[in-house]
Amino acid sequence: MDAEIKASAPGLGRRNGLRLGSMREAGLIAIMLALCIAMTFASPHFLTWGNFRAMLMSFSIEGIVVVGMTILLIVGGIDLSVGSVVCFSMVVSGALFLMGLDPWTASLIGIGASALVGAAMGFFVTVIGLNHFITSLAAMVIVRGLCLVITKGTPLSLFTLPPGFKAIGQGSFGNVPYVIVIFVVVVAIFDFLLRRATAFRKVFYTGSNEKAAQFSGIKTKQVKFWVTVLCSTLAGFAGVIYMSRFGAATPTFGAGMELNIIAAAVIGGASLNGGSGTIFGAILGMALLSVVTSSLILLDVSVYWQDMIKGCILLAAVSIDHFLHSRKS
Amino acid sequence: MTAAAILEIRDISKSFGAIKALTGVGFTLRRGEIHALCGENGAGKSTLMNIIAGIVQPDEGTIRLEGKDVTIASPSAAQRLGIGLVHQEIALCQDATVAENILMAAINNRRAPLMNFRRLNSDAQKIMNLLAPIPVDTPVADLSISNQQLVEIAKALALECRVLMLDEPTAALTETEARRLFAIVRDLKARGISIVYISHRMAEIFNLCDRVTVFRDGRYVATDLIASVTPSDVVRKMVGREITQLYPQKLSPERRTDRPVLSVADLAYREGCDGVSFALRAGEILGIGGLIGAGRSEMVQTVCGLRPKLSGSVELNGEPVSIRTYSDAVRAGLVYLSEDRKASGLFLDLSVASNISALDLRKLTTPLGLLDRRAEARQATDLVERHGVRMGGIEAQVSTLSGGNQQKVAIARLLSVGPKVVILDEPTRGVDVGAKVDIHRLLRDLADRGVGVIVISSELPELIGLSDRVLVIHEGAVVGELGADELTEEAIMLLASGVRRQSSNARQAQNVA
Repeated sequence: MDAEIKASAPGLGRRNGLRLGSMREAGLIAIMLALCIAMTFASPHFLTWGNFRAMLMSFSIEGIVVVGMTILLIVGGIDLSVGSVVCFSMVVSGALFLMGLDPWTASLIGIGASALVGAAMGFFVTVIGLNHFITSLAAMVIVRGLCLVITKGTPLSLFTLPPGFKAIGQGSFGNVPYVIVIFVVVVAIFDFLLRRATAFRKVFYTGSNEKAAQFSGIKTKQVKFWVTVLCSTLAGFAGVIYMSRFGAATPTFGAGMELNIIAAAVIGGASLNGGSGTIFGAILGMALLSVVTSSLILLDVSVYWQDMIKGCILLAAVSIDHFLHSRKS
Repeated sequence: MTAAAILEIRDISKSFGAIKALTGVGFTLRRGEIHALCGENGAGKSTLMNIIAGIVQPDEGTIRLEGKDVTIASPSAAQRLGIGLVHQEIALCQDATVAENILMAAINNRRAPLMNFRRLNSDAQKIMNLLAPIPVDTPVADLSISNQQLVEIAKALALECRVLMLDEPTAALTETEARRLFAIVRDLKARGISIVYISHRMAEIFNLCDRVTVFRDGRYVATDLIASVTPSDVVRKMVGREITQLYPQKLSPERRTDRPVLSVADLAYREGCDGVSFALRAGEILGIGGLIGAGRSEMVQTVCGLRPKLSGSVELNGEPVSIRTYSDAVRAGLVYLSEDRKASGLFLDLSVASNISALDLRKLTTPLGLLDRRAEARQATDLVERHGVRMGGIEAQVSTLSGGNQQKVAIARLLSVGPKVVILDEPTRGVDVGAKVDIHRLLRDLADRGVGVIVISSELPELIGLSDRVLVIHEGAVVGELGADELTEEAIMLLASGVRRQSSNARQAQNVA
């Protein structure tokens, strides 16, 4: 009896969890590799640093939002307002800058305002008792409205931003843009925290079975509140980087972004029922969508087809996952 | 007596809206005793446990722990006081590992910012091994229900509590596992831990406990030494009326026939297992016994078209029927009651009437394709009255009913289609004594009226008390058949655990006889 336990004990940690999780991640990498190899033959422009940099750039900033969304999905929530909040952070920071504030302070206030949006949603979810879906749907519309009010509907031109600030979004370490560096750092930090930090284990427990978590003394409402705030804060952070990158704040920016982000997290293994998901997986999901988009462009596929194909990929990924899970049990 | 008391509950009352769950109840737990708490469902046992565990706050009354008044404001406050509760229903994080579930409270109180999974696993494994050698790095979702129940118990053991409350811990356990649990509970008692033990099974209570307290309708009835009462005394106090006979009269020999209502031939339902054959005769209640996971539910679900069958045939009243889906089965007159009434049996948010109608809506549909509400109400009222369901009315939400009444609604639904054969999977699980007796009578009544009744039960006294004949399943195969006069717990367990196996010739001989 003891021998049996010992035999299974090495490789402690989340033996099965890891196996299942990494199976999903390995699958995504395999699909992506296959796609890359095929594309290398199909288009001479695919396997170039320029193309890869463009792809990485295209999902780096959204990738920061995906991190927050994945953690929120794990706790059993969802946030439809992230696209609006990204824009809100941009617009608030941009407007404050135009009023004469220095861009760094303005950005901090923009991020703070985004966190407040998260706190308001957290309040409605945990204190009033609404669900994340409806609360964030309302927030999506309200915050978008605020963006239009602040800008009076016209884009803010921010070409006067100082070069030091613009460098965040536009500069690079040699060949590697700062944006990519920031993205990698954020992902690495949160991936580590989510796997190892005590506080983030509570996120999994709350999402997996809120009652069980409560019975163990976990203050699940607090957990949900702070994760909601975190997701909005990261969206606000991404908004500031966008502002730096574009040198403008458009009140319609980020519309529809939430769907791409939720799709990436779900392709990467986050469950809409809560309790499971990894940052690494979600980023792979994002990368897969990006490789597909890039391939479609290089292959000269009409843009009208692109959304349809992405939607099919989402459906396929979720179906495969469902199939694997039902086979397991 | 008070000197030895570790936990004293005085004059606790609690209402949920208009429902008075507890009215001025008292309860004293002595140090190092195993104290049974009995009562029908709805008697207030679980509410009291939830109050002591800090999940629910009392409206009035006091709780004294080791002579000091305490307020237990939250589950973590209860844990700090050394009070642990094993919930009746499994409340585990399915995505997390066994280790994380066992030590979740410790993780919650952990100061260190990072997890130490290696340490967590070795600590958890030590606790788990007291019960069963389940590898603690497995996700809970991969465990069987009975193993999950063991994890629940391990979780409470991890709290190193002074007071441990077990709310129907054996509901999902097999006999062997239950016996192991009893040994552990006795061991905990020997270590000075005081235990509150809630169960509906009298045999367990009389085998394990020192004293028994009975609640009825949210009120305290009595506390007695186990040695000074009999099971029927306890049952009488629980129901407040005399239950002369726990089980209804069995089928008399002269009424026995060989005419099969349902015959199943060479039914293969599990990859790699031979087909099973059995017959259900008119007028009898056929029990199906076996360990959890032996294939009892799978087998009858296959008969009913709820699972794909690999091969085999089914005859109803001598006519072959082709059953590919459950609706084929219902149309043929074969209905099934799931063992998990909350997850797959009832629509908890819907009314009693809607639940009863669900199996055959066509009958209640007007030519225009609309639901005939009056016919629905008529059907529901009729069935509910006939089966003595106690409720607020046929429009009441099923979730507001007690477990026993929910189960009666589930059975009423099956009967709404006028079935020829009813198959019930654990029909009295989590049901109080009064409702249990009602359900048993109802099943016997059905059998007397010529409806074939098959009952799966993990509770041996029920299987023995109710059935005219029992089939025992072991690892997917029918390993034995016991007639009414051969039914003993020992005979069933020997077959169920695979120690003994009747040769198929002997079975055939019995079938003929």
